[in-house]
Amino acid sequence: MVSRAMVTEAASPRAIFAEHERWRWPETVFWLAALSVVYLFPEYLTLASQVVISGLFALSLDLLLGYTGMASLGHAAFFGLGAYTAGLLGKHGWHEPLSGLVVAGLVAGAVGLVCSLVIARLQSIALLMVTLGIGVMLHEGANQAQSLTGGDDGLQGVDIAPVLGLFDWDIFGRTAFLYALAIAFLCFLAARRLVHSPFGLSLRGIKENTKRVPSLGIKVRSRVIAIFTISAALAGVAGGLLAQTTQFVGLEVLSFDRSAGVLIMLVLGGAGTLYGAFVGAALFMIAKDFLSASDPVYWYFWIGLLLCVVVAFGKGGVVGVTTRAWAAIFRRGGAK
Amino acid sequence: MKFKLAMIAAAAVLAGAAAHAAEPPLKVGIITSYTGPSAVNGKAVDIALDLWVKQNGDTVAGRKVEFIKRDTGGPAPDLVKRQVQELIVRDKVDLIVGIDYTPNALAAGPVSTQAKMPILIVNAATAGIIANAPYMSRFGFTTGQIAAPLGQWAVKNGIKSTIVMYADYGPGIDAGTFFKRAYAEAGGKVADEVKMPLQNPDFSAYIQRIKDAKPDGVFVFLPSGAQSNAFLKAYKDAGLFDAGIKLLATGDLTDEPSLDAIGDAAVGMITSYDYSDAHDSPMNKEWVKAYKEVGGADARPDFQAVAAWDAIHAVYDVVKAQNGKLDPDKTMELIKQVKFESPRGPIMIDPATRDIVQNVYIRRVEKRDGHLYNVEIDTIPMVTSPAGR
Repeated sequence: MVSRAMVTEAASPRAIFAEHERWRWPETVFWLAALSVVYLFPEYLTLASQVVISGLFALSLDLLLGYTGMASLGHAAFFGLGAYTAGLLGKHGWHEPLSGLVVAGLVAGAVGLVCSLVIARLQSIALLMVTLGIGVMLHEGANQAQSLTGGDDGLQGVDIAPVLGLFDWDIFGRTAFLYALAIAFLCFLAARRLVHSPFGLSLRGIKENTKRVPSLGIKVRSRVIAIFTISAALAGVAGGLLAQTTQFVGLEVLSFDRSAGVLIMLVLGGAGTLYGAFVGAALFMIAKDFLSASDPVYWYFWIGLLLCVVVAFGKGGVVGVTTRAWAAIFRRGGAK
Repeated sequence: MKFKLAMIAAAAVLAGAAAHAAEPPLKVGIITSYTGPSAVNGKAVDIALDLWVKQNGDTVAGRKVEFIKRDTGGPAPDLVKRQVQELIVRDKVDLIVGIDYTPNALAAGPVSTQAKMPILIVNAATAGIIANAPYMSRFGFTTGQIAAPLGQWAVKNGIKSTIVMYADYGPGIDAGTFFKRAYAEAGGKVADEVKMPLQNPDFSAYIQRIKDAKPDGVFVFLPSGAQSNAFLKAYKDAGLFDAGIKLLATGDLTDEPSLDAIGDAAVGMITSYDYSDAHDSPMNKEWVKAYKEVGGADARPDFQAVAAWDAIHAVYDVVKAQNGKLDPDKTMELIKQVKFESPRGPIMIDPATRDIVQNVYIRRVEKRDGHLYNVEIDTIPMVTSPAGR
């Protein structure tokens, strides 16, 4: 901490950004640990792939909530758009997964751009209501468009070709996991670059004090439009991943439950940290999986208890608590 | 002497245990909703399974039966697909029983086919969903199987014109379409067709429409629970029962666990379904009694319970027939030959479609000893499932 403060005072802006963006060794450990799941838990890869996908979805929300300070109750709208886009492509002859994913992101991003024109004008409660409304509208729209989406029955007949023409989808979920992890990692790198750029700094400014940032020459509206579009596109990629790895799209991809679930994961893991998205998704989904298997009837009680404990005692989520504990230990050991 | 007896008993127990140990347990995956709005499904399935084990033992063909339960919490296709995968690769189950929503069954289909995993579906009612899944079979019903006979029955019983109303989502459109088609083909006149929004708080406009049109009957499909209760109440309050306009529906609306909660507004309603706990057969009377012994005095078996019961019955039969050594293809051959007497009446599996063939009953809601019952007034024997809409 001390050394970082000194750098901040002395060095040029470029050096400050470089220092913020410096890759730290715990990050390497994190991603290697994620990769090692393939060897350590080969029977849990389907769950692991869905954790990674939820983590990526939470990451897209983190850009909004954690970095720009905009809450959304309807982020599943973009997740679902991506899922239906990728699913429909797979169903109607475009079986190649990577390009399908790109299209999924573009479609969700484009809709996100349109929505953001309205959303950029709103704050707090109005923002929550409008995002909620967008989510509900898309959900009902997909329900109505039976011939396109399959409505309540879900979209079946999604056929996805092997990844890169080499890796076919297996029942253990190995391909699904590695594919999801690779895409999530690339998206993470992009998001990491983004939040540590001057653009990212301006987002933090908007979060800290929306009224003051214009005095620095920053146009709040255009920044919000940009980050909302990027966030929507990332959510679309996550949705596309889910559709491709499960080869099925249910109406639930657009449900309010999913919007709320991703918010819970992010808060649990720690908003505004990037890693919190993945940690929260892992914690929430593994806890859910473990508890619901050991007690299928009353497991929601334990989930509720877990959430209460983390929110009440763990400011900044799991990542926040860990970082503070780490700093405390480091200072005690390293000061003398 | 006593000591000797004890020794012999102990030896017998040990020998028995050794015999069991030789055979691996029979693992049966159970996938259903144990939480959420449909938690009642999980409860019914559990009671039915407990009752079956209580009456038929926890061992079949030398293999001890182990249920591995998974909660879906409602329609959750990606979760169910994962659960099926995990039950196969991690828990190494022999068979899977359950699934209570169409999207869940659709998502499970490709995994079942890929892994040759027999799945006996308890309740996912859309037609045609197991056509491409050769290792799936359906023990519940299909919406068409239930709704079409009601259309024919209505014409025969003097209901010449009907307004068809349904919630605008998959199951509602399914029910409305099958009823309408069968009714029109039998010579009935569809006076009007009304799609209602799925989340609809107020039915007064629709009720007024019925009042103005004065049909002989109204066919309605709504998600059971708050929606259907509100509709029934509005229907009764508007005096439509008194006006002699018959209210027709599929039995989902008057499901036994929620029937008493609907209250007297439901009395006189006519529904078609595959099971009523008031079904008049000696077997069913015994079964309902035993069900209450396991589930408590207030527990009333419903279509979920009876479908789970018949599915686990079939599981025991196919395991016995193969002497405990299961082969997925052989299992499915045996499933296609399933034919036995169930608490709901005679049932069999159609070898061509793997869908159930069963009696469909026309019932009227009546009050007996302070409780509401679906009293059967007519039977359409051994109905097969019509193809998709």
